Amino acid sequence: MLDHTKAAMAETRATFTGDHALEMEEPLLFEIGQAEKSGVDIEEPEAFQSCLGGLERSDPIGLPGLSEPETLRHYVRLSRKNYSIDAGLYPLGSCTMKHNPRLNEKMARLPGFADIHPLQPQSTVQGALEVMEQLSHWLLTLTNMEAVALSPKAGAHGEICGLMAIKSAIAARGESATRKIVLVPQSAHGTNPASAALLGFEVRAVSAGVDGIVHAEDVASVLGPDIAAIMLTNPNTAGLFERDIAKIAELVREAGGYFYCDGANFNAIAGVARPGDFGVDAMHINLHKTFSTPHGGGGPGAGPVVLSARLAPFAPAPALVKTADGLRLKEDIEGTTSLGRITAFHGQMGMFVRALAYMLSHGADGLAQASQDAVLAANYVRVKLRDMMTAPYGDRNCMHEVLFDDAWLAGSGVTTLDFAKAMIDEGYHPMTIYFPLVAHGAMLIEPTESESKASLDKFVATLRRLGELALSGDAELFHGAPRYAPRRRLDETLAARKPVLRWSRDVA
Amino acid sequence: MRYHPLTESDRAAMRAAAGVADIAELFADAPGGPLSEFDLPRGKSELEVERHLARLAAKNISAGEVPFFVGAGAYKHHVPASVDHLIQRSEFLTSYTPYQPEISQGTLQYLFEFQTQVAALTGMEVANASMYDGSTGCAEAMLMAHRITKRRKALLSGGLHPHYAEVARTVARLAEDEVISSPPDVFASEDLVGRIDDGISCVIVQTPDFFGNPRDLRSIAEACHRHGALLIAVFTEAVSLGLLTSPGAMGADIVVGEGQSIGNALSFGGPYVGLFATRKEFLRQMPGRLCGVTVDSEGRRGFVLTLSAREQHIRRDKATSNICTNSGLCALAFSIHMTLLGEAGLRRLARVNHANAVALRDMLKDIPEAQPLNKTFFNEFTVRVKGDAAELAETLARRGILAGVPVSRLAPRAGLDDLLLIANTEINTHEDRAALAAELKGVL
Amino acid sequence: MADIRFTTDHEYVRVDGETGIVGVTDYAQSQLGDIVFIELPEIGKRIAKGEQLATVESVKAASELFSPVSGEVVEVNAILEDNPAKVNEDPLGAGWFVKLRLVDESELSGLMDEAAYEAHVRSL
Repeated sequence: MLDHTKAAMAETRATFTGDHALEMEEPLLFEIGQAEKSGVDIEEPEAFQSCLGGLERSDPIGLPGLSEPETLRHYVRLSRKNYSIDAGLYPLGSCTMKHNPRLNEKMARLPGFADIHPLQPQSTVQGALEVMEQLSHWLLTLTNMEAVALSPKAGAHGEICGLMAIKSAIAARGESATRKIVLVPQSAHGTNPASAALLGFEVRAVSAGVDGIVHAEDVASVLGPDIAAIMLTNPNTAGLFERDIAKIAELVREAGGYFYCDGANFNAIAGVARPGDFGVDAMHINLHKTFSTPHGGGGPGAGPVVLSARLAPFAPAPALVKTADGLRLKEDIEGTTSLGRITAFHGQMGMFVRALAYMLSHGADGLAQASQDAVLAANYVRVKLRDMMTAPYGDRNCMHEVLFDDAWLAGSGVTTLDFAKAMIDEGYHPMTIYFPLVAHGAMLIEPTESESKASLDKFVATLRRLGELALSGDAELFHGAPRYAPRRRLDETLAARKPVLRWSRDVA
Repeated sequence: MRYHPLTESDRAAMRAAAGVADIAELFADAPGGPLSEFDLPRGKSELEVERHLARLAAKNISAGEVPFFVGAGAYKHHVPASVDHLIQRSEFLTSYTPYQPEISQGTLQYLFEFQTQVAALTGMEVANASMYDGSTGCAEAMLMAHRITKRRKALLSGGLHPHYAEVARTVARLAEDEVISSPPDVFASEDLVGRIDDGISCVIVQTPDFFGNPRDLRSIAEACHRHGALLIAVFTEAVSLGLLTSPGAMGADIVVGEGQSIGNALSFGGPYVGLFATRKEFLRQMPGRLCGVTVDSEGRRGFVLTLSAREQHIRRDKATSNICTNSGLCALAFSIHMTLLGEAGLRRLARVNHANAVALRDMLKDIPEAQPLNKTFFNEFTVRVKGDAAELAETLARRGILAGVPVSRLAPRAGLDDLLLIANTEINTHEDRAALAAELKGVL
Repeated sequence: MADIRFTTDHEYVRVDGETGIVGVTDYAQSQLGDIVFIELPEIGKRIAKGEQLATVESVKAASELFSPVSGEVVEVNAILEDNPAKVNEDPLGAGWFVKLRLVDESELSGLMDEAAYEAHVRSL
């Protein structure tokens, strides 16, 4: 095992530059750049009469520049301080860190897609509209739904779009004053209650049973004329398929409400099961999860929303329609029941191309295989760890992710956070921790279909060894972790108490 | 399938370990049909996919192929080659939101640099780590103003991009807030000051406005503050800030805008990057992620996401916004391009844009049938043409010129069918302008 | 003579004549962890018993503080704006939140005295 003594640590840190071979410290741009320096050659225009109406800027802006080689070095050095799916297993539950094919990047960069303007004449962008049409066809077929709105920019944007459609449908029925409540389980992503609250809905919790899923009878007991919708994630954030889902959908529908499905975990069932078959009214699909458009360090994503027949009339603008002159975006909603526009243009075209490339590459067979492999991998990890770790809902088959809690660490002096930080030293990105909130000290592991069996075996062996160390009383190993990352544990309290959110001379 | 590492024997071994004879057992709870029910093709090789998509791409006319003057909220600029190279580094492209800061310092540091650049550019004290785009950022700014002022009535300028106004109206209607719209204000002649009262939460004004006019915001800011309202300044062309007085210096309380112009491709409308900046006193009402400075346990400077208690993953139904994923990689592209430009480069770029627009305006002066209406503008202005501008744009497209955006496409039934917005950036050459002028003369 | 009363939610009110000084207990601050920000009400605001009085943020959580008694806010602890850590350091002293002008003395009788509260904490 590794030497964690102070002496050994001191030795590994003994460089006077602070750099360590391939890992270099990098100052802030503001400490190395100069306002007069530029990495772009632009010729000064010839003298001309300015037409700015006296609004010329005269003050210094505060934007240092770098030459091209300095820019490359700055960002390459920064990049090396990041973990990435290309470099290693990234088991963030509910986030779906799977392989990002480079073909998709290449396709999105074709000038015919990357270099076209959202407002150039529609006759000049028929190929782009065909991409949208084909993507829509795949999404509707995979979900068995009536309509799809492509414009939402990310999952949370899709959620609010779906809820807007629900609210519009309720208004059209003249029930706005009474249907005010949205049911959300406590295991839901925070975006669910946040989206509902934003639209003035009252969020009411619905609890799951001891088996981790929401039961039809518990939903039935709270349904009434005041219920606007229920929001369920399926498979849920405990990695379990909501077994009662079709029954719940039926009950909600009978009570006059709508069923919003959070599709963040659609990657578990794409190509295997169709949300339309279990009564979904609206569901967003995170193209950056299920269809592997890259996460990019936090975006951009894309969150198309599929809609049932009873919500389709309220879809946001623009709608994609077939005409005698080819495909057209119907942008003017005058005289329609559309809920309106939710973003300036037509959605994340760059992501549409990537997702379509991913779908075409996989085909229906490959998508089903991906879902099956993802579920198999999660269950494989589950059975390899279940004798050591504890699960909040007992040992049961899971879908694409497996949820453990921290009961097994009780008395060890090691917390979920400590365990996660120790994983970093062993070369892994930690799993999702402390989410969902329903599991104490949650550890949510999503291995995805992108890992080989050898990779999964090494991962579980590492977790097992760490677990043994934790249970054997070596808490110090965990409390001091990570030791080998570009930074050791960072003081988040200091950052929040004295927020410094931009550079100034004091930041040095 | 080339993306799947598991072999059939791996799968069999894993199924055995998991105690399932058939993979279908793991999906037993899901109502579903056999694969054949899916009317979708089987997987394709890389070559086949490339062929399929390249054929679709070839059906579009790309901006680089023709003289190109289309703007109205998205602008074609030259993006240095190193920008696209750097954002495709695995460590940027294939990482997640930096929830584990010790192994995400690359992302966190560039977000901190991005926030600083945006704050400096807009003349504000703090900026967040990005929004989806300018239009959604604008609606979020409106909601933020409601929270701060505890009022729920926004006043929109007639110079605001019509799609931004539509997004704000959609959000306001469904959040049960009020919006006072204004008719399209082609000549920047509206009186907003006279319409501000003690019931207004915010005034949303764009500069340069949709029709191209740079707006002096000072008197509006003053009136807002007199009535306890906030001024939200919007921009859709970030390059303009290299030449124009910043909204912050003119008294704006929140500045939101589209950052696509710097570092990002047109991409048919997305992904783009929303810039969002405000005063420090409103920090805790901001939507979106924030990156801040701290130290690690050895006292070394480092960066973390901070003030997260505002956000949905902690505050849930009481969060300032539902936003989670933002535009990280587009923010990186913005930041790299801005770093390459530097202050001197940005100012020069902005001057070239303005000079090119002035040159085109001067050329069109001699064409009575295509009259520029703006007295002031940055790199885009409005032209009154003979007849229908949308038909003209179609005709010119067939003749190999993408001439601009007909105002009627964004503002139908407003009696503005003869207005065309024409944008000019550093990509437009003298030959492009001459070709446009000649065609306008010939067609009209 | 000051008298201190507690709620089962780990808030206290220290009564001094017509004024009640409200804050959170040592147990509460230890559960909240490092406090990074406290949102306090406006002076002059009337707050009913059980209504939200303040929001306490730690790095990973935001908790609402509900008023143990009814009253009008006469003073808020300005020190907390720059130094929320005071609540962690001295919750019953310098880390107080709000001073209320009490309107209903009878509400106090429903709260626990020090001995009862200590017993309550031990039972957790």
